[in-house]
Amino acid sequence: MDLTEFLVKTATIFVVFVLTLVIAMYSTWAERKVAGFIQDRMGPNRAGWGGLLQPLADAGKMFFKEDFIPALANKWLFIAGPSLAMLTALLASAVIPFGSTFRINGHEIVLQGVESNIGILYVFGVVALGVYGIMVGGWASNNKFSLLGAIRAASQNISYEVAMGLSLIAILMMSSSLSLGEIVAQQHGMNWNIFYQPLGFLIFITCSFAECNRVPFDLPECETELVGGYHTEYGSMKLGFYLFAEYINMFISSAIISVLYFGGYNYPGMDWVYSQLTSALGSETGHNIATLIGTAVFFGKALFFIFFYMWVRWTIPRFRYDQLMNLGWKKLIPLAIFNIIITGAAVLFLKPVITAWLN
Amino acid sequence: MIPNPNIPEVSIPSVIQNIPLQHYLILSTLLFVIGIIGVLTRRNAIIIFMSVELMLNAANLLLIAFSSYRSDPSGQVFVFFIMAVAAAEVAVGLAIIVMIYRNTRNTDIGFLNKLKW
Amino acid sequence: MNSTVSFFYFLSFLTILSAVMVVVSRNPIHSVLYLILAFFTLSGHYILLNAQFLAAVNIIVYAGAIMVLFLFVIMFLNMKQDNEEAKTNIAKIAATIVGGTVFVILFGAYRKSAIPAFNPENFDSQVGMIENLGHILFREYLLPFELASILLLVAMVGAVMLGKREIGERHF
Repeated sequence: MDLTEFLVKTATIFVVFVLTLVIAMYSTWAERKVAGFIQDRMGPNRAGWGGLLQPLADAGKMFFKEDFIPALANKWLFIAGPSLAMLTALLASAVIPFGSTFRINGHEIVLQGVESNIGILYVFGVVALGVYGIMVGGWASNNKFSLLGAIRAASQNISYEVAMGLSLIAILMMSSSLSLGEIVAQQHGMNWNIFYQPLGFLIFITCSFAECNRVPFDLPECETELVGGYHTEYGSMKLGFYLFAEYINMFISSAIISVLYFGGYNYPGMDWVYSQLTSALGSETGHNIATLIGTAVFFGKALFFIFFYMWVRWTIPRFRYDQLMNLGWKKLIPLAIFNIIITGAAVLFLKPVITAWLN
Repeated sequence: MIPNPNIPEVSIPSVIQNIPLQHYLILSTLLFVIGIIGVLTRRNAIIIFMSVELMLNAANLLLIAFSSYRSDPSGQVFVFFIMAVAAAEVAVGLAIIVMIYRNTRNTDIGFLNKLKW
Repeated sequence: MNSTVSFFYFLSFLTILSAVMVVVSRNPIHSVLYLILAFFTLSGHYILLNAQFLAAVNIIVYAGAIMVLFLFVIMFLNMKQDNEEAKTNIAKIAATIVGGTVFVILFGAYRKSAIPAFNPENFDSQVGMIENLGHILFREYLLPFELASILLLVAMVGAVMLGKREIGERHF
């Protein structure tokens, strides 16, 4: 790997990192605005135009609060909890393909942190690790409510990971690749997976709600039962890290949903746009602008799903804990297995028939 | 159509070229021995269980090293099976430990001496 | 010495160190966290050996599922204070001697045996890729694969039966 390649990779990763943070930051603002809209009120509107500086004001408040560690807490693990939550949340964005390639002086730059042939497994592994931040933090607080929240989070995440993995397998059977870039490229031309996997998509989005600890599955931090759940004892920027990690997770899962089921940077008529742009502006500039449009489409899809998360949050009440477990184990997992069998049968028997008929 | 970047070709990993297989053997033996010492010195059933996991992982590392050096995928398939077996073992083993805790209020293996005459 | 080689030695050092800390730590939670670190370094080794699929599976299965289960049980049993009676020093010394002897015996065996080096002619760098492993797994090892699924089913039934509270049994 020569120096320019290294610098380009570093710059790509840095841009991905900053974008993730900025989107997570403004998700906090958007959440309040959406809440205000749904509850027929204004939402934040004092700091900046339309409250746009509200995230900065919040960050300032968080930073200047007293950094408090309970006397009987395990000090190192108490600090490690939010750090782990933040770390695992940020790791996952490395393999997401944000767009196609940039061409600069004949070099192709991929808009993706790391192109890996185990991309989806990597994301799955990082998501599986997300529970450690919550568990370690909740345990180290030395508080019964925190511990209960942590145990709830752990059992919830483990349970819903199973259904999530099983719903992913149907996608993998269709695309026969684990690389996210490859999966997106295969969905070119309105060949989006959502048309083939509606059931898988429903299971996946339900599980991603549970994995992000969002309403209706926010039992780990359910304030009516557990005070604040696993972050009861946390204050100042440590609490900020937990809340921030939740928004990053939300962005990551929205991005993964749009990559897996909604074609990532593909949009209808992109071939036409591409040929128009390249013929008008030359193969380099036209290509880059086409890529930028694709990236914008990708972010549009991801932001829509972030909005969807918020919409659900202010619409649906919370589950009871036994309902949550029943849904996970007795409904979603059998449904996911059923989905795998249907997909397998379709790939084996239906696909040859249809391709023969089309030809 | 927008061209899709191909996955770059992977050549022989630098580790395999530069590090003799003996180093992997020694590393995994050390891990295994640490596992043995853990099983023999600790009395908490959960820590003993974790030491057993460490020993299983030492075996995994060695299988993968041999499989990579010899270009034989069978070793990696075996690692896959070992992981499945480890998962099953942990599920049952931890259930047993929880049962022991229910009956003795302790996970110290020194308390389980009722069958000793 | 190039960067990969020094990275190998650094990873090996970290692996051994965290393995030792698993055994030495007085607090079970610390043991679990060190074991997770050890699994991460082992995954690093797998990536260096070009076994990417197993590196990811190692993280998902061990760090993502098995260790969460350990942590879960430790929290459940509330083992925060260290009330483990230490074994006597004689037992510890004896255990260390046994372990050391095993190491010395194995090390001696390695010195005597001829260990094959890699063969650059027929080296296949795609061995650890998922396509390759899938072909082997579902052709040559199909029966063991099915048996593993039965094993997992039996383990699941066993764990549920063990964990089920019988009528009249006392609560936690």
